Amino acid sequence: MPNILKEWYEDEARSNYGAYIPFVGTVRSEDGIEGLSFDIYEPILESWFKAWQQKAKEKGAVIKMAHSRGDVMLHESSYIAAVFSPKRRVALEFIDEFVEDFKASAPIWKYDLKNGQRIYAKDRSTAIKGSGILA
Amino acid sequence: MVKVEFLGPIQKDALELEIANLNELAAILQKDEAMKEWLENCAVAVNDTLVTSLECPLKDGDKISLLPPVCGG
Repeated sequence: MPNILKEWYEDEARSNYGAYIPFVGTVRSEDGIEGLSFDIYEPILESWFKAWQQKAKEKGAVIKMAHSRGDVMLHESSYIAAVFSPKRRVALEFIDEFVEDFKASAPIWKYDLKNGQRIYAKDRSTAIKGSGILA
Repeated sequence: MVKVEFLGPIQKDALELEIANLNELAAILQKDEAMKEWLENCAVAVNDTLVTSLECPLKDGDKISLLPPVCGG
């Protein structure tokens, strides 16, 4: 289990949350890839995440997240998120919404590592809402 | 002068341009053959805030970022 999940658990152990729901994304073996690689644009990722932290706060919950940059090899985790909340229902719904929006909006770019090359995962990528204004 | 940076997989060096709004940027990039495939799917941020309209005045020192389709996780 990734250490960060234990750290988060310990950080909130006395915060009186009834539910802790982690999400761990790992790199699967498919299409002959050796791993994945990621670019991150931090300034916008941070403001995006802050908005979600605020949303969590309004529900009495806490959201945490960690993402790798650079190369992540097969069966390693690239992305970990977790929600703490007083009751389970809020946390279950929140982690679902959060991970979906993360996929669609967080400024992170994924590449397949294959035959020594780093290939942009164009077909699995989603245009950010509002894209195309310059076209 | 504003700076334009191309994020993630777009293989293009940053530009420094004398432009007053995003309409002018659109006109410049539309002439760039290598950029055509990206413009349809790129989001635009001015000073790290996403914008949804070209009617965005620019001032000296602004930073514009082009964000192609994303896939975290």
